[in-house]
Amino acid sequence: MELREIEALLDKYFDAETTVAEENSLKAYFAGDAVAPHLQQYMPMFGYFAKQQELHFEKKLPLKTKVSLTKWFSVAASVVLLCGMFAWFINGNGPQQELGTYDDPELAFKETQKALQMLSGKVNIGVESVNYLGEYEKQRKTIFKE
Amino acid sequence: MNQAEFIKIISPFKDRVFRLARRLLVSTEEAEDATQEVLVKLWNNREKLNSYSSVEALAMTMTKNYCLDRLKSKQASEMRIVHSNYTDRQAGLQQQAEDRDSLQWAEKIMAQLPQQQRLIMQMRDIEQYEFEEIAKIMDMNETAVRVALSRARKTLREELTKTHSYGIKRN
Repeated sequence: MELREIEALLDKYFDAETTVAEENSLKAYFAGDAVAPHLQQYMPMFGYFAKQQELHFEKKLPLKTKVSLTKWFSVAASVVLLCGMFAWFINGNGPQQELGTYDDPELAFKETQKALQMLSGKVNIGVESVNYLGEYEKQRKTIFKE
Repeated sequence: MNQAEFIKIISPFKDRVFRLARRLLVSTEEAEDATQEVLVKLWNNREKLNSYSSVEALAMTMTKNYCLDRLKSKQASEMRIVHSNYTDRQAGLQQQAEDRDSLQWAEKIMAQLPQQQRLIMQMRDIEQYEFEEIAKIMDMNETAVRVALSRARKTLREELTKTHSYGIKRN
């Protein structure tokens, strides 16, 4: 490109009136070897711009992991809870199953009878105390005559 | 939208997001974190992306806002002090010492520009966006974008000329 053309472009460039294509031709000119001595002061500027385009982002992106991790965490927590409750019930019921059983039928019969006797005795006490209610009913009838 | 489709959408501009973030935050590590943050936000809203005319413009706007917020917060201002003496990881130590020196000057001068000018210059001179796109991302009109860009370019030229002719011309 002609020197005069370059100078005109530079003027336009500093007034921010160049197009992207014109700016690219300026960059190409300053990247070349045949830069006029009085324009060499602009070389670092355009060289810097060109060099900056080479910077890349290389870090890994943590996509998805955030969401799914919490989801799986809650699943794992509920599984652990379920297993824990299951184990709790198994252990809690185990020893109780061995209580109160008799191998000998006669002994079992006697024990059952004894238990039922005791129960009926308690029921009788209950019935006696309920008899007071009959007394109450009698008194009520004498006061409130129908 | 699955992960592969999402990667396909973001891969053309993820480097641009990173470079824009780095321009504002200066430190490469901070810029990487910011880029990650913005892209993950996009991923979390992946079902809504179709309603935007340009996902790239959306990403750039989000990056700009995110980085400006970071700079405003106290935490980031402390980090900026730590990273003010950053080194360019990419450049090899021995290669083209003089060349690199003047390129670093350009970086330093650009870092001193106001945030808005820095953003616009980054998007135009490095990412080569059209003025219309920049205006949309920056939420400004095109004329204002041109004025800011012209100012930024002239400042850069002035400062670089000063460094270039240092010791030759008397200021």
